[in-house]
Amino acid sequence: MSARTRELLILILVGLITATGFASVYIARQNEISPESLSYAGFFFVLYLIAHVVARFTVPDADSYLLPMAALLTAIGLTEIYRLGPTDALRQGLWVVIGVAAFAGTLITLRHDFRRLESYKYLFGLSALGLLFLPALPKIGHSVNGARLWVRIGSLQFQPGELGKIAMIVFLAAYLHSKQEVLAQGRPKDFGPLLAIWGCAMLVLVATHDLGSALLFFGIFLAILYLATARLLYVGVGLVLFLAGSAGVYETTAHVRDRVTIWLHPWTTQAIPCPGHTALMPRQECASYQLVKSLYSIAAGGFSGTGLGKGTFTLPSGGNLIPDLNTDFIFSALAQELGLVGIAAILLVFMLFTVRGFRIALVAGDGFSKLVCAGLTFGFALQTFIIIGGIVRLIPLTGITLPFISYGGSSVVANFILLAALMLISQRANEAA
Amino acid sequence: MNARVRFLALSSLVMLAALIVASTYWQAWAAPDLANKNDNAIRQISEFTIDRGRILAADGTVLARNHVVHTNNRTYYYRRYPLGALTAAAVGYATQNRSRTGLERSASDYLTGADQSLAGALKQIGDRLLGSTIHGSDIRLSLNLSAQRAAMNALGANCGAAVAIEPATGKVLVLASKPSYNPNDVENHYGRVLGIKSPSCKSASALIDRATQGLYPPGSAFKTVTAAAALDSGKYTPDSSFYDPGYCIDYRQRVNNFTNHDQQGPESFGNLPLSKAFEFSVNSVFCNIGNALGIHKLMDYARRFGFGDKPPIDLPSSSLQASGLYSHGRLLSPSEDGFGDPGRVAFGQGNLLVTPLQMAMVAATVANNGVLMRPHLVDEVIRRNGKVDKLAPQSLGRVIKPETAAELTQMMEAVVSGGTGTAAQIPGVRVAGKTGTAENGPGRPNTTWFIAFAPADAPRVAVAVVLENQTGTGGTTAAPIAREIMQAILASTANSNP
Repeated sequence: MSARTRELLILILVGLITATGFASVYIARQNEISPESLSYAGFFFVLYLIAHVVARFTVPDADSYLLPMAALLTAIGLTEIYRLGPTDALRQGLWVVIGVAAFAGTLITLRHDFRRLESYKYLFGLSALGLLFLPALPKIGHSVNGARLWVRIGSLQFQPGELGKIAMIVFLAAYLHSKQEVLAQGRPKDFGPLLAIWGCAMLVLVATHDLGSALLFFGIFLAILYLATARLLYVGVGLVLFLAGSAGVYETTAHVRDRVTIWLHPWTTQAIPCPGHTALMPRQECASYQLVKSLYSIAAGGFSGTGLGKGTFTLPSGGNLIPDLNTDFIFSALAQELGLVGIAAILLVFMLFTVRGFRIALVAGDGFSKLVCAGLTFGFALQTFIIIGGIVRLIPLTGITLPFISYGGSSVVANFILLAALMLISQRANEAA
Repeated sequence: MNARVRFLALSSLVMLAALIVASTYWQAWAAPDLANKNDNAIRQISEFTIDRGRILAADGTVLARNHVVHTNNRTYYYRRYPLGALTAAAVGYATQNRSRTGLERSASDYLTGADQSLAGALKQIGDRLLGSTIHGSDIRLSLNLSAQRAAMNALGANCGAAVAIEPATGKVLVLASKPSYNPNDVENHYGRVLGIKSPSCKSASALIDRATQGLYPPGSAFKTVTAAAALDSGKYTPDSSFYDPGYCIDYRQRVNNFTNHDQQGPESFGNLPLSKAFEFSVNSVFCNIGNALGIHKLMDYARRFGFGDKPPIDLPSSSLQASGLYSHGRLLSPSEDGFGDPGRVAFGQGNLLVTPLQMAMVAATVANNGVLMRPHLVDEVIRRNGKVDKLAPQSLGRVIKPETAAELTQMMEAVVSGGTGTAAQIPGVRVAGKTGTAENGPGRPNTTWFIAFAPADAPRVAVAVVLENQTGTGGTTAAPIAREIMQAILASTANSNP
């Protein structure tokens, strides 16, 4: 069986799972939604069939599991977003269409040799900076929850940081690959451009309060640096700098101190000034409100969950129990409805995706491919860890999106480009073998 | 480079695996704890989508029913309590904002239908999957409404409580606590509930069920337990003779009778039998019995009556207290040093604290020939399909010999016919009882008690009444209230075969 035929068979399986998911949401919420929900599954399947056909022509020998896993994760996300609010699901559906188009576009454009990107490394580095800097600009940038990471043009709004992440990984991989030998000698001047671009990125992120992305960029930087130079010392120095930097930011930024306090003590009745309330409010009903309510949602799922469409996310009065449920907190919605069984399954898909990504990096023939592939995969895993880890209180909570699942256009598009990149590298590695 | 890629892959997998571990923690280990947090609306809201069963009094009067609200495509069943404060101590409340108490909490499995047989459970799972409304069962309590009303009226503006039990079955007929609150106010007017004040006690704490949670020194009412131990041990009979000089020597100190307001008659009785000492509540005699039996023998009998543990009644454990010897708010175990002073404990002082429910259990045990029945409020479960499950009475074992119970009954009858408890007399009915007037320190008001059962020859009701901050004695303050409760019960059960 060829790789693409296997991919098609798994996609059909994913299509069946998706249909089941939408059917159960429909059954559970009949009085709120229409039978049209079932058409989502069909539409979805056709969309991925198109992606599959494009892959068949452009990357016939690429890994056959990545596309179906991405399809499964987007389907899970779309089903839950649909369940939480059918109008959001329509938008998300459109973004998936754009994402698949970006996927196809990337595959078609770079099908001959993606490695030529290596020579545009500074272009990538600078565009990464530019993308990160966009939300800080007046007029088009605006902030949500104290972090300024959105760009709004007309009715369109997106987080350019997601694309910036991919550009930054390509830059880091290309730069470190071309300077691999000299960097290992440890002469400071070779680090100049690297530290300049990366340092600017970190500054922008900290200044815009995008702590999740700052953590993500830092982790990716250290990972690629370690891969390219084999110097654990750099990682060590990096971690020391990170800790020192964190301590500094903690001391100087109230926003960061709040996040840490919320993380360590979500349940306290300590009275604090609360935006929107004139009186002092207990912290667990103000600053850590979101985290606490989200943990209640996760716990309510228990072992087997309430079932899709049966969870409780709104008050009888109609108000939402958890803010930002379909973006940053979609994990808590899924955890309540699918339970530990469902959540563990979803996390296993994330693990499997990560394993396939690193496997491609292992078999890739050249250093640049290995660095890009391992960098992207590591970024994917780290991003998942940062957002879910924040929700389950392993680390302080920072708002970034859950790859493929969260509601949000830029995230979906960026992850499809990431998927295309992995498949291009896989194609080249398998073709050579 | 491949070794490094593998290392990075491993690190990524460890991170993702940590997420599974953390999710397991929240969804398996921490879940029950979080579900019970006061500000956790999810569980409460989802429970309000269940059509909870009604709570009925013994005569079928509705004590708790649903108020159906349709909003945002869902149907919610809120609770209403037609009788308000009258039965709040037993019924409790179920609200969104304040969780649940009373039977609304402890009988929730019946009310939500979660207790059913396999077939019922399967149907419920089916309902859940299909999204149909889950219907719970009704429960019928043993509460006797006319007696409950009599008890609440008789308690009046006092702070105190009353419990009445059917001795042969353990059915709780009255569970009254004053001051009380209106459970309908808890959801939206909680401040009103917290603001309840009483002229008779400093902290009114209306939400505390004094009948099951109130810990009071029992005073002479505890002499019933001491006498039971004395007679049952075989060392004493009702005729055993004592000399009362007006005091006893306890730990080389004189403990004078005159500090005991419960005692009637002269300060020093001279020679008298045990039965007279019980009738007139003479401290020195019980002090000597206590010292002769020793604290462990005495408390061993108390334990058989149910002391030392929370009573096994069908109310939530959080609204129950264990009776026994306390030190700084902590229940002592018999193995501890300084467990108690047998002389003082024997007449109900020292570090002894008891609940009205426990004292009612003592009276009910004597009334039931020495066998303690498990006190319970839920009498039957009425399923939606009309099937009625009657809950069978449960024996908690023999506490004292039938002969001991008979002798004690005679002694308790004498208390009412000619001793300290004459205010509890009911014309034409033989009543057995014991008064208690516990000191709370010199110059401070008393805690007064009366425990009783009637008719003494074929008991249908056992009762315990406690009042806080009284200037009178148990005989003058609590005994009349106990009488009214017993009369109400005897009147309403006159036609039924005892």
